[in-house]
Amino acid sequence: MTTTDVRSGTGTSRTRSAKPRIRGPIAWWNDPWRPPRILVAVTLGYLIWSLLPVLIAVMFSFNDGRSRTHWQGFSFRWYWGDPTRSVWHDASLHTALVQTLKLGVITTLITVPLGVLFAIGIDRWRGRIPAGANLLMLISFVVPEVLLAVSLLFVVTSLTLPITLGTTAQVIGLVTFQVAYPAVLVRARLATIGRQYEEAAMDLGASPLGSLRRVTLPMLMPAIFASTVLVFADVIDDFVLVRYLSSDASTEPVSVKIYNTARAAPTPALNALATLLLLAALLAIAIGFLVFRRMTRGDATTADRGIGAFAGEL
Amino acid sequence: MSAAPAVSPPPVAERPPKERTRPIWPALASPGIVWLLLFVVAPLYVVLSIVFGYVDPIFRTPIPVWNPLQWNPAQFTYVLTHIVGPNGVYGPALLRTVIFVGIASILCLIIAFPVSYYVARLSGKWKGLLLVLLIAPFWISYMMRMLAWVNLLQDDGLVNRILRLGGLFTVDVNWLTGQPVVVILGLAYGYVPYMILPLYAGLDRLPQSTLEAARDLGANRFASFWRVTLPMCRPTIVAAVLLTCLPMLGDYFTGDLLSASPTTAIVGNLINNAVQSPGQAGQAGAFVMLVLIVTVLPMFYYVRVVSRGDEVKV
Repeated sequence: MTTTDVRSGTGTSRTRSAKPRIRGPIAWWNDPWRPPRILVAVTLGYLIWSLLPVLIAVMFSFNDGRSRTHWQGFSFRWYWGDPTRSVWHDASLHTALVQTLKLGVITTLITVPLGVLFAIGIDRWRGRIPAGANLLMLISFVVPEVLLAVSLLFVVTSLTLPITLGTTAQVIGLVTFQVAYPAVLVRARLATIGRQYEEAAMDLGASPLGSLRRVTLPMLMPAIFASTVLVFADVIDDFVLVRYLSSDASTEPVSVKIYNTARAAPTPALNALATLLLLAALLAIAIGFLVFRRMTRGDATTADRGIGAFAGEL
Repeated sequence: MSAAPAVSPPPVAERPPKERTRPIWPALASPGIVWLLLFVVAPLYVVLSIVFGYVDPIFRTPIPVWNPLQWNPAQFTYVLTHIVGPNGVYGPALLRTVIFVGIASILCLIIAFPVSYYVARLSGKWKGLLLVLLIAPFWISYMMRMLAWVNLLQDDGLVNRILRLGGLFTVDVNWLTGQPVVVILGLAYGYVPYMILPLYAGLDRLPQSTLEAARDLGANRFASFWRVTLPMCRPTIVAAVLLTCLPMLGDYFTGDLLSASPTTAIVGNLINNAVQSPGQAGQAGAFVMLVLIVTVLPMFYYVRVVSRGDEVKV
C-alpha cells in the first residue's frame, strides 16, 4: 500500500503501522482508532447470555430421558415418540398450540385492517378528535398489559354482554393491545411518502377514495405487510391478556401452558412445545422479512435500513 | 406536515380551504376510534365502578355501582390504609416493586446501551447478522425464555453444576425459592430486548459527522460522549426506559416462575392474587388504579417524546 492510496482513500483508511507494537495502557486508551474491544466483548457477552439458555432449552426438548437437566441421548420422543406424553399424543399440549395459532391468525386478520384504516383516517383528518384518538392509541400501546387485561376481565365477567370468556374475549383483548402496531408503522410510512403523490392523482381526476386505493395503498403495502408479521409474532407470544380472558383449559395457549406447568415437574415435552412455538415465530419472521425485502427492493427510504426498517422504528 | 395536529394552529389557518377534512377520513378512522373507546376507555370506567362498588355478601361477586354520586370508597380506602402502618400488608410489596423495577431497568440500560451503540455504529457484512441475533430474543416467547432459566436454575441444573466446577465446591443454592437477585436478573433478562430495539433505532439515526466533529474539535472520549452523544439521544433513552419500565410494573409471571414466593412479590403479584381470590375484585381494581395513577404521567411523557420525534423526522 502506497501513501497515495491512503490519501486518496475515502477518509476512513487508518494508518496504524507507524505506532510501536507495544504501548502502555494510557496510549492504548487514547488511541482513537483502536478497535472497540470493550463494546465487542459486551455485545458478544449479551448475545451468549440472551440466546444460550434458549438454545439449551431447545436441546433438552430432544432429550431421550425425562430430565431437563441431564442429557440422556437424542430422540424425538417428546415430539411424537412417546405414546402418551409427547406433544403429538398429549391432547392438552397440542390443543394449546392450535389455540395459539388460531388466536394469532384471527387477531392479525382483524387488527391489521382496523389499524391501517385508523392510521390513514387520523393522519388526514385534522382537529381535536383525531389528535385525541392518536393519543389514546399510543396510550393503549404503552399501558401495562395487566391493567388492560384486568379491566377487560371485569367487563366480561360483571356485565351481561354477548361476549364470553374464551376465544372471543381473547381476540378482543389482543386486538385492542395490538392495534397500535399497524397504526404506528403506517403513520410513519405516510409521513415518509408525503402527500404529493396522492395530490397528483387527485389533480389528474382521481377521487379521494380512488387515489387512496390506487396510489397510497400500494405505497403503504410494505408497512402493512411488516405490521402483519409483527402482530402475528407478537400475538403468539402474548401471555397476560390470553390468560385472564381464557375460559378453561381448552382455550389456554402455549404461553399459559408453560406458565402453569413450568414449576410442576414437567417433562421435556414442555420444551418441545415451546420449541415448536419458537419455530412458528421464527418462520413467520423469516418469511416475512424475505417478502418484505422483495417488496421494498429499489426503495430508497427502506432499502438501506434492512431488518431495522422491518422491525419498525418505534 | 403530518405530525402534531392541533399543536400548531397557524399552519392550519394558512391552509387553503380545499384542504378541509373530507368526510371519508373520519369514516376510515371511526372503526378504530369506536374500538378503542369500547375496549380501553369503557373498561376503565367499569373498573372504577367495581372499585367504588360493593361485594355480594354471599356469592363474593363484585356489585358495580354505575352512578359516580353513589360511589362507596370502602374498598379503595381499605387498600390505601393497608399500605403503611400497623396493617401495612401491601407496603413491602409496593416498595419492592420500586426497587426491583428500578434496578432491573438500570441493568437493562447498562446492557442495552453499549450493545445497541456498537451495532448502530457498525457497518459491513456482520451488521445484518448481529442485528438479527440482537432482535431474535424479541420474538422468542417470554415464557420460553423464562422456562429456559427455570431449567438452568434447578437444584441439579447447569448453573449449580458449573458453580461446583466438577465437584471442587459444594454448591447447593436453591435459586428458585425466593431469591430477589434471581427475580431482578430475570426481569432484566426478560425486558432487555424491549430496550435494545428502540435504542438501536434512535442511535442508528445519530449523525456520524457530528460525533466526528466533536472529536476533531478536541473533545476527548468522555467529553464527546457526555456532551454530544448523550444529549442527542436523551429522548431515545427516555422512551426506551419507559417502554421497559411500564410493562415491568404489571409483571407477575417472572416472579411466579423464578421464585414463587411471597417474599419477592411485587405489585403485579398483588393484582394477580386479588384477581384470583373471590371477593377481592375491588382490591384488584384498586391496585390497577394505583398503577394507572403512577404510570399515567410517564405514559403521556412517552407519547410527547414520540410525537416530538415525528416532528423532527418530517
